[in-house]
Amino acid sequence: MCPPAQVVTYLMQSIKTPSPSIQEVKNTTCYMCACRCGIRVHLRDGVVRYIDGNPDHPLNKGVICAKGSSGIMKQYSPARLLKPLKRKAGAERGAGDFEEISWDEAFATLAERLGKIRATDPKKFALFTGRDQMQALTGMFARQFGTPNYAAHGGFCSVNMAAGMIYTIGGSFWEFGGPDLDRAKLFVMIGTAEDHHSNPLKIALSKFKRDGGRFISINPVRTGYSAIADEWVPIRPGTDGALLLAIIHEIIATGLYDRDFLVKYSNAGQLINVSETNDEFGFFVRTEVPTEEACYEPQDKLWWDRNTDHAVVTHTAGADPYLLGEFKLQDGTPVKPAFQLLQERVKDYTPEWASQITGIPVEVIRQLAHEMGVTARDQKIELPIAWTDSWGNEHDTVTGNPVAFHAMRGLAAHSNGFQTIRALAILMSLLGTIDRPGGFRHKAPFPRPIPPCARTPNDPRAVQPNHPLDGMVLGWPSDPDDLFVNDDGSPVRLDKAFSWEYPLSVHGLMHNAITNAWRGDPYRIDTLLIFMANMSWNSTMNTAEVRQMLNDKDTEGPNAGEFKIPFLVVCDAFHSEMTAFADLILPDTTYLERHDVMSMLDRPISEFDGPVDSVRIPVVPVSGDCKPFQEVLIEIGTRLKLPAFVTKEGVRKFRDYPDFIINYETEPGSGIGFLAGWRGKGGEKFLRGEPNPNQWEMYAKNNCVFHYELPKSYQYMRNWNKGYLEWSQRNRITRYAEPILIHIYSEVLQRFRSAAQGKGLTRKPPEHLKKRIDTYFDPLPFYYDSLEAQVTDKHKYPLAAVTQRPMAMYHSWDSQNAWLRQIHTHNYLYVNTRTALQQGIADGDWIWVESQWGKVRCMARHSEAVEPGTVWTWNAIGKAAGAWNLTPDANESQKGFLLNHLISEELPGANGRISNSDPITGQAAWYDVRVRIYKVGAGETAVGVQNTSPQFEPMKPYPGMKTRSSILAFLGVKAK
Amino acid sequence: MHPAFSVILLTTLIGAAQGLFLALFTAQSYAAFKLLPQPDAHAFYGQGSLLALVLLVAGLGASFFHLGHPERAWRSAAMWRTSWLSREVIVLPAFMGVVFLYGLAHWLNWHPVLTTLPGELPVDPTAILGVAGTLFAFALFICTAMIYACLKFLSEWHSPLTVINYILLGGASGFTLAAAFASVTAPELVSFLAGWAAIITLLGWIGRSASLYRNARLKPKSSLQTAIGIKHPRIVQKTQGFMGGSFNTREFFHGQPVAVLRAVKWFFVLAVFPLPLLLLLSGMQGRTGLLVAAFAVQYAGLLAERWFFFAQANHPQNLYYQSIA
Amino acid sequence: MTQLALVIDLNVCVGCQACVTSCKEWNTAGSAGPMVDQNPYGADPTGTFFNRVQTFEVGEFPNTETVHFPKSCLHCEDPPCVPVCPTGASYKRKEDGIVLVDYDKCIGCKYCSWACPYGARELDEQQQVMKKCTLCVDRIYDTSMTEDDRKPSCVKACPTSARLFGDIHDPQSAVSIAIRESGGYPLMPEWGTHPANHYLPRRKTRIKIHEDELERADNPLKVDRQLPRPAMNEPTLDDVTTW
Ligand SMILES: Nc1nc2c(c(=O)[nH]1)N[C@H]1C(S)=C(S)[C@@H](COP(=O)(O)OP(=O)(O)OC[C@H]3O[C@@H](n4cnc5c(=O)[nH]c(N)nc54)[C@H](O)[C@@H]3O)O[C@H]1N2
Ligand SMILES: Nc1nc2c(c(=O)[nH]1)N[C@H]1C(S)=C(S)[C@@H](COP(=O)(O)OP(=O)(O)OC[C@H]3O[C@@H](n4cnc5c(=O)[nH]c(N)nc54)[C@H](O)[C@@H]3O)O[C@H]1N2
Ligand code: SF4
Ligand code: SF4
Ligand code: SF4
Ligand code: SF4
Ligand code: SF4
Ligand SMILES: [Mo]
Repeated sequence: MCPPAQVVTYLMQSIKTPSPSIQEVKNTTCYMCACRCGIRVHLRDGVVRYIDGNPDHPLNKGVICAKGSSGIMKQYSPARLLKPLKRKAGAERGAGDFEEISWDEAFATLAERLGKIRATDPKKFALFTGRDQMQALTGMFARQFGTPNYAAHGGFCSVNMAAGMIYTIGGSFWEFGGPDLDRAKLFVMIGTAEDHHSNPLKIALSKFKRDGGRFISINPVRTGYSAIADEWVPIRPGTDGALLLAIIHEIIATGLYDRDFLVKYSNAGQLINVSETNDEFGFFVRTEVPTEEACYEPQDKLWWDRNTDHAVVTHTAGADPYLLGEFKLQDGTPVKPAFQLLQERVKDYTPEWASQITGIPVEVIRQLAHEMGVTARDQKIELPIAWTDSWGNEHDTVTGNPVAFHAMRGLAAHSNGFQTIRALAILMSLLGTIDRPGGFRHKAPFPRPIPPCARTPNDPRAVQPNHPLDGMVLGWPSDPDDLFVNDDGSPVRLDKAFSWEYPLSVHGLMHNAITNAWRGDPYRIDTLLIFMANMSWNSTMNTAEVRQMLNDKDTEGPNAGEFKIPFLVVCDAFHSEMTAFADLILPDTTYLERHDVMSMLDRPISEFDGPVDSVRIPVVPVSGDCKPFQEVLIEIGTRLKLPAFVTKEGVRKFRDYPDFIINYETEPGSGIGFLAGWRGKGGEKFLRGEPNPNQWEMYAKNNCVFHYELPKSYQYMRNWNKGYLEWSQRNRITRYAEPILIHIYSEVLQRFRSAAQGKGLTRKPPEHLKKRIDTYFDPLPFYYDSLEAQVTDKHKYPLAAVTQRPMAMYHSWDSQNAWLRQIHTHNYLYVNTRTALQQGIADGDWIWVESQWGKVRCMARHSEAVEPGTVWTWNAIGKAAGAWNLTPDANESQKGFLLNHLISEELPGANGRISNSDPITGQAAWYDVRVRIYKVGAGETAVGVQNTSPQFEPMKPYPGMKTRSSILAFLGVKAK
Repeated sequence: MHPAFSVILLTTLIGAAQGLFLALFTAQSYAAFKLLPQPDAHAFYGQGSLLALVLLVAGLGASFFHLGHPERAWRSAAMWRTSWLSREVIVLPAFMGVVFLYGLAHWLNWHPVLTTLPGELPVDPTAILGVAGTLFAFALFICTAMIYACLKFLSEWHSPLTVINYILLGGASGFTLAAAFASVTAPELVSFLAGWAAIITLLGWIGRSASLYRNARLKPKSSLQTAIGIKHPRIVQKTQGFMGGSFNTREFFHGQPVAVLRAVKWFFVLAVFPLPLLLLLSGMQGRTGLLVAAFAVQYAGLLAERWFFFAQANHPQNLYYQSIA
Repeated sequence: MTQLALVIDLNVCVGCQACVTSCKEWNTAGSAGPMVDQNPYGADPTGTFFNRVQTFEVGEFPNTETVHFPKSCLHCEDPPCVPVCPTGASYKRKEDGIVLVDYDKCIGCKYCSWACPYGARELDEQQQVMKKCTLCVDRIYDTSMTEDDRKPSCVKACPTSARLFGDIHDPQSAVSIAIRESGGYPLMPEWGTHPANHYLPRRKTRIKIHEDELERADNPLKVDRQLPRPAMNEPTLDDVTTW
């Protein structure tokens, strides 16, 4: 095929560039999105010319995506912030009147202000970070500072996914685990449009299809991945719980569950006290009282053995428990196996019932259940991998039931998401697919104990002036006593996370931070530092009002005339909507200009076969006066003399961020740091080991990634794999090597419910939240209408409105990208053709979309690929006029719109307002909103001014930013 | 297609010039056979050729505006074996040269008898140049028309009618112009030229009506089904892959509402055919004003006709560029 | 004779647009570039791209197929765009069938674009020459690259490997096998252009479950006494009849 070199023509000859140009290729890690692929950056004379995927990278294996390929246009974007800026005295927030300042001044301002706060009430400093990948550092900074008011994007992103699954199987989708499409035969994708694992999922999906696998997508909308599904199952948003419970019903009714798996590896056979009068009602019967408060589950529960017809301690050799039935213990206590309770729970959740709710035909629901059950049962995989389980039984093979699932925000972003996701995790467990070939696979450091060991403080006295916070900033409550509440039960945290309102809000509730701070509920703060989050635009609900809150001043009292949120610091790399509201803007570098660490202490890029972490290494010099935020944190930490950053004598410990990464250890001598690779003096150790001065070089030499491949026998069944658990204990990934049984029945939830029912010795919820806790903390999954639907007149607002990720855009970042914005310049509302025609709406018509919270004007597109009760649009394409250094007449602001205006961050609650979030986890319920649509009336848009509504005063470019050109011929930028 | 003004000017101007030349030489031939009086050669043929040349140069000039790289225009003669455009590029200057020489010969009254044909017909250089010019004029009509007619995907153009109409409409406007011109320089020829102009306009009317009739009934050969290779009666494009427009959305779409298209059609049908006919017939007697008006109306009509010619052509590529989202 | 081509597998293309921007990126910074963008930060931004990914909806709800459809120059075996070019700037290479434009000869008359039924050519508004997919001719023969890199930029980028590249005249090549075995087809065959690029259609995997596969002898419900055998004292035919 390859003709000799002489056929190379004109085109080839002209590639020979003039000689002095220096060509280089440097490896680093992409950050055009959170997927973190390996990239090769090709430079000519120091200028980026071409970015492609690194073929030697385990994640993307050489492929790249639309965003990754457009990194050049971000690096040289005119929207970049290039100078530290301070709001001009007297200027309103949002007006965008800034003046340049030096970093010295910025640091001095910050150190002084934060120093004062820390010395008085550290709570008054709140640090919230968006879609960043350095929560290990930002979280540690907050803790060192002593404030509990820290969270990252998880709470408004997909915490339901993490919590729902981790509280059930000890691991989850998202960045913690995923479907093993290499071996699966049937793949069911639910509510996923693009996901974090973008490139790897695409690689796997096409391979799966080519290998003859069957792919089913359950989604109200058919785009992207769903487009290539063998079968599309359109579903009404927010009703997946009903579908999954009906599938469970059918699987149990037909006996298509993996009994053996459930018996050995879950709590399905464990006996629960069902004596309603007993304080122990709903708890597992235990043989002994646990001696130590440890975060693992002792093996002290009972089975009802079939062979002896007696209660025995679980996993007793030779015993086989009944999964169904009702029994009486010797003391007369009535008990039932957890599985019996599950069967009772799903008894009425028939396919007929679910069909009414989901809009999916009964036959399809049955067919889904049968396909899953029969494939799992009849297409078993046996891999010749010997392993030993936690009870010492040796197995010659690893078995796989090749049904894989994947789900993301279509399940998570609803206020009934936690229970829905529990139902999914239970379904996956019934099919016997947890950490097995062809099913769900964990990624290190998962699986974790249920729940993981990290705890926040449970006492307001953990916050002390000039002291680090006594406990983790975020954690995993296991019972009411773990809640971070005041003595009266009120929240300690600004966002009310870990309070009785959202007890398991393991990622915080960033989406309520601004509203709460503005209202002073639970209290006022002084300084809000926002890093990498566009909280006045796409990551906030009720956007227009939140923008006002940011600019709102006290009218009376001692602070009359002062901002309600007194000091607002924004660290961003670009001219985002949020920056306009800052008092101080810290210009960050781009991903091509800085060191970064994707750490095992945060969310690494681990693979199914073992831990992987990775770094970024600068490939071009820092632009303008930008500074990596890491350096900023280390500098401020040092100036504030936070213990992690200075010696006992108060002397600076770390020269800079790379130095910090090499030398920081979680505790002196722990050998655990941010990076797991090439530890030890000479780089001979991994996971644990002394600091290695050449660690960065070793990462650089190895494609910026460290990949530890576990022995085959440690790669599966890790919840109960003795070898793996002990390995992970030895390497200090976990504290305990105890088996992690699947929680078909969640005792953690029962503890909260029991407290709400006034039982037991634990803390009790405040009166007004008792009913809420009692209702939602059901130890078995159940279906309920979303909280928003409960307070909506569904006849008035008949449609569900959702968004989804466009593959070629990352949130709000990419409208500045000259190439990507040509693909998505503005957005439409997609409406099922028949739904639209019923309203007399033609394709392309201007319409109003109205929820009970607000309305937006936009254009409609007919579509046959959307469920008739759903309307949708691409997420975050719409922009505020002038933002991102686009011209004020750019399509993004004039024809694009943001659905967030229709979504409220709060709902009317029993006792005033309550966050529009899952009552268990505090997950933001983005996809619960209900709307109606109608044509824009005649005269409502004057001729010629057809634009979207609402509109905002156009943002101006800031001092120090580059001017935008009107013609781009790659880097030969010419003005018209 | 997107009607480019440069191309509209080019084809209408040179069409008129070709027609004008043909009119001049027709008159000369009739005169040679004594069927018409000899006009003032200097004024009529000489200045007439000049007028044709001016139109040709203007057309050529306009065509340069169509090129991205006019300085490289010379290259476009290279592919005459395969490209009608290349052929046009060769024939057009050749024709201009002949017109120039023809005019010059008349201007200089250069009439050496080279040979005599049976019937006492003396053959002078103007006759030879006239015959050559006629051949070139027809060749040029064919080249120009074939540029469009050879594109088989553009079924509106891909028809002998395209060639016939280019000839007839160019001829009509040229003869009309000749009649107007003669009313000043050779009044004795006016009724002859106006008569022919009317006849060719009438033929043009028939020809163009035939193509309108044909085009209205065309069934596109390509469909979304063949364009993307999927068999289903209901296929709708949701996005063409970009939103702010591209060469594909600019070059192949006229960008006007149907109403404009319809209005343009009615305008040209009136302005190219019946109106000039009326004016020609009433101006037969040599009323310059009416004849100039006839040409002006017809030429304006032809601009519209050419615009419509392009706008009506529906390129199959448009199947791929229908929707943004 | 070699005919290089892309074969695009609609069965796995998820419409991610990676091929679009990686093409733009390689070519704008490489020998085919620059590829201008106009109004890059203003209203209606527009630019030159060699490859676009479009989306079609086929059928009616709920039986809708969403089809992502990438399209670049198809490198026709009988390319109508070539003979019409008056300058010879457009040409088809004998050695590998790639259709190219020589920017130094092109006068920007756009005629070739009229002659392409597929809308695969774009005039670069700044350089005023016709441009189109080059099949990355400046990659695939560049011996300074590793063998693995000597592939079109879009092919390397594509996360689903929906873009196959090779010689469709070599019956043993991966592309020929794919065309043969997976029903590869050309676009608008009615024009006789014989596009070298082919498309592979959607293919469906279905599972057939027979009624009797649902309940089996080893049904776990039996273990838990949920599918009990009838008790010995329940009536049977034995009680009511004799033979
Ligand atoms: N290109 C790109 N990639 C990204 C991002 C990006 O902005 N751009 N963002 C990243 C981030 S932060 C995140 S959190 C992930 C999110 O990744 P995904 O979870 O894949 O993202 P969403 O776009 O929210 O997709 C939600 C999907 O759920 C569907 N859906 C909505 N409601 C329901 C429902 O009730 N039931 C079901 N079954 N489906 C429903 C929607 O139609 C949509 O297809 O993507 C990450 N990756
Ligand atoms: N309606 C609706 N709203 C949603 C969602 C939805 O599905 N529908 N999804 C939600 C989800 S899951 C998420 S995760 C959020 C995401 O919401 P955000 O985290 O607010 O997302 P981005 O738009 O990515 O904003 C991050 C900011 O980071 C900046 N940035 C980019 N690169 C850098 C850098 O290198 N350094 C610094 N310092 N800053 C940088 C950008 O300029 C931008 O201002 O949106 C949420 N909002
Ligand atoms: S998926 Fe994300 S990390 Fe990977 S190449 Fe694309 S933008 Fe970069
Ligand atoms: S697709 Fe168009 S440009 Fe490409 S070879 Fe065929 S006709 Fe020519
Ligand atoms: S635009 Fe260029 S390549 Fe196309 S026909 Fe004209 S000269 Fe040839
Ligand atoms: S082969 Fe090269 S030029 Fe053609 S579409 Fe792919 S990347 Fe673009
Ligand atoms: S890169 Fe591949 S999957 Fe993505 S749009 Fe292009 S062909 Fe389709
Ligand atoms: Mo997210």
